[in-house]
Amino acid sequence: MERDTHFVLGVYEDEDVLLDAVKQVRSSGVKIHEVYSPYPVHGLEHVLGYKRSRLPIAAFLFGMLGTSLALTMQFYMMKFDWPMIIGGKDYAAFPDFIPVSFEMTVLLAAFGMVGVFMVSSNLKPWAQPRIFDVRITDDKHVMAIDIANNSAMDQEKIKEILKSSGATEVNNKSFDE
Amino acid sequence: MQVTSSVREPLVTGGKSYHDVTHDVSRQVEGKPSLSWFLAFLTAAGVLGLGSIALIATLWEGIGMWGLNKTIGWAWDITNFVWWVGIGHAGTLISAVLLLFRQKWRTSINRAAEAMTIFAVICAAMFPVIHMGRPWLGAYWALPLPNTFGSLWVNFNSPLLWDVFAISTYFSVSLVFWYIGLIPDFATIRDRATGLRKTIYGALSFGWDGAAKTWMRYESVSLILAGLATPLVLSVHTIVSFDFATSVIPGWHTTIFPPYFVAGAIFSGFAMVLTLMIITRKVFKLEDYITMGHIELMNIVIIITGSIVGIAYITEFFIAWYSGVAAEQYAFINRATGPYWWAYWSMMTCNVISPQLFWFKKIRTSIVATFILSLVVNIGMWFERFVIIVTSLHRDYLPSSWAMFYPTWADIGVYLFTFGLFFTLFFLFAKFFPVINMAEVKSVLKSSSEKAAK
Repeated sequence: MERDTHFVLGVYEDEDVLLDAVKQVRSSGVKIHEVYSPYPVHGLEHVLGYKRSRLPIAAFLFGMLGTSLALTMQFYMMKFDWPMIIGGKDYAAFPDFIPVSFEMTVLLAAFGMVGVFMVSSNLKPWAQPRIFDVRITDDKHVMAIDIANNSAMDQEKIKEILKSSGATEVNNKSFDE
Repeated sequence: MQVTSSVREPLVTGGKSYHDVTHDVSRQVEGKPSLSWFLAFLTAAGVLGLGSIALIATLWEGIGMWGLNKTIGWAWDITNFVWWVGIGHAGTLISAVLLLFRQKWRTSINRAAEAMTIFAVICAAMFPVIHMGRPWLGAYWALPLPNTFGSLWVNFNSPLLWDVFAISTYFSVSLVFWYIGLIPDFATIRDRATGLRKTIYGALSFGWDGAAKTWMRYESVSLILAGLATPLVLSVHTIVSFDFATSVIPGWHTTIFPPYFVAGAIFSGFAMVLTLMIITRKVFKLEDYITMGHIELMNIVIIITGSIVGIAYITEFFIAWYSGVAAEQYAFINRATGPYWWAYWSMMTCNVISPQLFWFKKIRTSIVATFILSLVVNIGMWFERFVIIVTSLHRDYLPSSWAMFYPTWADIGVYLFTFGLFFTLFFLFAKFFPVINMAEVKSVLKSSSEKAAK
């Protein structure tokens, strides 16, 4: 799929103005490509209509994997592969296996979830992100509207909607790829 | 919209705007290092170099270089290990537990505290590794690897092995938690930079684009990592205390150890955070971000954990008497009045009495007093571990085996080496990484800054 390269950008200064603006722009029928912010704005994902992240599920599954691997490893090594009497305990001294099982649960849950996060958000050292405006990592919020995706609407009309929603600047941005 | 209580003190003073936050923090990374930074860094690197002589000697000759004897087989090495791990507890506590409790004041100190955690855990891990004597074979003793030494696996019944898993998990999860938080800030530096710096910070920022969807996932990841790290922090020092508590040495064989060690760890960790933050805010002119309010809150944590530690000392003593076990009673009487009485009373003074001074508002809002007391607390916590370890061992079951421990130059040198390592890493971090989490400070700026309160 070819990536679209022409955007109209609305620049916002304030997070609360931004939240109202997203609602207004969406209700006027414009499809928002994405909103870029210097810090997490609470409630932005709701007004943009994003579904809740499923990363907690990934964390849970990886955690379960960690627990099972740890218990399997310990029972196999201590009870079946090379049983030894240590401190008069049972070969399969289950309470003694809890600490390592807990640690491996946490380890795999954390690494698995972060790995999924990296892949799903395309975070990697050699990634070349599209920077819509360098100020989005400083002090400005930018709402990007994909022109091709809103072909039903006139570009000037989109700009007007952005301005009336509280954007301090409205710019065009193109990427040549 | 968030409502700010007028009773709460502002978290950021000086009427800072979003751009000011970016500027004040990035400036440290972008500018030439100051003379004071160079002096501090060179001092730390010098200590590292000097200490490495002792480290190399120990690796070359073996741990016979240390002052250990057949009665006291654990002394400074394990004391230093437990001490550094304890210090390494504040960072993740601040970022994870305070995140779950929605304590917004954590935002300006969590970055540096987590960095401190990671460096302290590196220093801690040095000691068990060196103590192996032949650390190049250590992987076989510490990890369940197939080998040809008799196909023996590691002993999963041993708390020392649990420690391997606990410390390495704690280290790697803390590192990931810290790095995830750094990504958006690296992107900020990337977008301000040109040339080589842009390339380096661009790679470090992993192509962060600040999209709302990425932020949503980022928030979700932070919350789950905090939820995982909270029991992890508590488990690490619990398992460290098992090294002692599961043994049958009078003075070690105590069920109170896990909570007592965890409280002590938080106590010493916050003291070290204060020591470093008071220097950092001064050198980097970050007084508007790390305010007196932050220092006071950390001092309150120190009063609470210090009091828990004090109660634990007294409880231990009481239970030794109440148990009616002669060996246990002797171990404790010997601690307070035996040949190591000076270590015991240093511990009591530094850890039980001195933090109580923070009940006075004048003292807990004084930079000088806080700085001195933070050092005192860490000295006290070192003595706590020394007292627990050495005084419990030095009177063996047979009076003919009774002994004293005298550190050699190599003991002192290896300890100095870890100090050098810790501060070298911390100064490098302070220069090349954003010391304050800009994105998180910005997220609380609107609701909790002085400007917003007006």
